[in-house]
Amino acid sequence: MNPAFQGLLTIAIGVGGCLSYFYFSNQFLDKVLFPAKGPNAGRNINRANLIRPWLFLLPAILALGLYLAYPVFETIRLSLTERETLPDGTTIYNFVGLANYSQMASEPKFWEAMRNNMLWLIVVPALSTAFGLLAAQLTDRIAWGNIAKSLIFMPMAISFVGAAVIWKLVYDARPPDTEQIGVLNAVYVWMTGNDPQQWLTIPFWNSFLLMIVLIWIQTGFAMVILSAALRGIPEETIEAAIVDGANPFQIFFKIKMPQIAGTIVVVWTTITLVVLKVFDIVFAMTNGQWETQVLANYMFDKLFRANDWGVGSASAIVIMLLVTPILIWNVRNARNEMR
Amino acid sequence: MDNIAGTKSSLTWAVHISVVALVALWLFPTVGLFVSSFRTADQIATSGWWNALFPTEQSLVLRTAAPDAQVQEGAVFVIEGNLFAGEDLPAEIDMSAWGTSSRDVAAYTPGDTAELRDGERITVQANGDYRLESPVEMEGGRGQRIFVTAELPPDFTLENYQQVLLSGNATDSMAKAFFNTLTVTIPATIIPIVVAAFAAYALAWMDFAGRALLIAIVVGLLVVPLQLALIPLLKLHLGIGIGKGYLGTWLAHTGFGLPLAIYLLRNYMVGLPRDIIENARVDGATEFQIFVKIILPLSFPALASFAIFQFLWTWNDLLVAKVFLIDATGQTTVMTNQIVELLGTRGGNWEILATAAFVSIAVPLLVFFAMQKYLVRGLLAGSVK
Repeated sequence: MNPAFQGLLTIAIGVGGCLSYFYFSNQFLDKVLFPAKGPNAGRNINRANLIRPWLFLLPAILALGLYLAYPVFETIRLSLTERETLPDGTTIYNFVGLANYSQMASEPKFWEAMRNNMLWLIVVPALSTAFGLLAAQLTDRIAWGNIAKSLIFMPMAISFVGAAVIWKLVYDARPPDTEQIGVLNAVYVWMTGNDPQQWLTIPFWNSFLLMIVLIWIQTGFAMVILSAALRGIPEETIEAAIVDGANPFQIFFKIKMPQIAGTIVVVWTTITLVVLKVFDIVFAMTNGQWETQVLANYMFDKLFRANDWGVGSASAIVIMLLVTPILIWNVRNARNEMR
Repeated sequence: MDNIAGTKSSLTWAVHISVVALVALWLFPTVGLFVSSFRTADQIATSGWWNALFPTEQSLVLRTAAPDAQVQEGAVFVIEGNLFAGEDLPAEIDMSAWGTSSRDVAAYTPGDTAELRDGERITVQANGDYRLESPVEMEGGRGQRIFVTAELPPDFTLENYQQVLLSGNATDSMAKAFFNTLTVTIPATIIPIVVAAFAAYALAWMDFAGRALLIAIVVGLLVVPLQLALIPLLKLHLGIGIGKGYLGTWLAHTGFGLPLAIYLLRNYMVGLPRDIIENARVDGATEFQIFVKIILPLSFPALASFAIFQFLWTWNDLLVAKVFLIDATGQTTVMTNQIVELLGTRGGNWEILATAAFVSIAVPLLVFFAMQKYLVRGLLAGSVK
């Protein structure tokens, strides 16, 4: 069957199935199970209203449970087992305790990934937020600010893989004495007169070149959110500061910054989550060579190249542990708002 | 803010210049890719793309006509013609220098006459006309080599797009990957919206025990890393016989998109006016009718926001496709994967790479510029709360 046709069929079945499920389950509830007539009409309506929310929620709960909640526990379990294929072809999972974790901890590549991830965690959110704040503050003050904003925001729509190609061209190196086609080398050779460099193969600094790609993508996001926050600041506070003789920098750092601190934290944590999961950029640009490994790519390596599900799961758990503080913080914030 | 005293300061010009610089910096890499996708392999390899927009001085190697074109004029044998004739070059060429030896390609200026071996003399004009004279009959199968230095106007080609989209070459072709990506994207965008909308309505407007807990769980699942789900779900898909394929990918994208969908839609639906819903209830509308006839149409902005997010995310995704979709046959490759493979097999062929990458980012860019309003609204609703 042609996949395009299969896709249309899936849309029809998926959407039609969902809608008819909701329709008929509600009908069944109102007409058959607890009809709103007869001697028990009042009680039946109440009962129906007790059940109805769960009818509406059921598909979502099933999907969330199966595709997100169950995998969390299953990954924990798999990270404590070793997969083994028996001679008769069946696959069994032997409990090995923390062996996968200790194996992982003995691998230099893992620690390299951890170190790089920590660098990414510091550099990318900080610079994205800083550039985003700068862009928001500057574009809010000029007439063509909205055009500037949408151009800075544009990389958001570009895939990480597309961005990797874009930046590989920037970092490209040609042999010495030929014309450089990568901007970075062209500028470098022109400024210093040295030979062009294979930038992505220079350990330590190459990680920063990969981070630039993500900063380039995420700055637009930070800018959009922070720009809305800046516009939400009450004008009276700024007017009062101007009357008191504050200069633009004082206004920005002493009046505006404290008022948008909460938003800055939100932006920072959101970008942190993206950083923890960053995979495509490293995979497409260096594939973790030349000491650029990160956790998500390390996990993919273990999973599909080494075919080691145990260590792969263990590294996924490490990513989960790093995310957990943000998860708890988010849930607590959400609960506070509900009250 | 414009009318606040003091904001129009001497800094205004600095602001304009800074924003121009910032925008230029942000656009520069993408423009490079875009321009490169319209250049030939030779052009990309010999000059930076930023030169492509201006006339460039290039060295060309051309030949005079072969000796069998010679005619006898009295005592001399002559070949006349135009160096540029029959070449794939722009109509107007401004030659600045020429030469007859690769060791000195710019030895003569246009109009000069050069002495060759055996008493041959050649004169080349700026427009490419040449006259080659020889006292004896010239021999050999090929004409004299002439090196020309000329200022060539910018030259762009659509060949790369033809190669990538229409050639049918298995390794380069993006056409199939384009349709595969589309096949993944559309169901993976629509199905979670339907599922999430009902759940969001229940979470926003129905009272039941455990509602707060469910919302907290959704917020928690919002940040669960995708990486955690890969192995168990692959194992599940292989176990129940879905294997690697579109169905599994659609289901996975649906599951991964749901928390954000529910969260965005619930936040939006909570803000809808209570009166409308209560009046409808009093008038005897069932919850299903309220949802379909009132809530869904009113929630259009939030639905659009999420649809854009999910579309961009599934279109740009590599990881989910690699794990759940692409099998050993490679028939179901998506564009992001195709580009990564091209990076491996044709890492130096920037004309193919740039064009393939641009084909894949063109659709998201279109969606982005057309629907930016909803995207921004969704971002604000999704994070500032």
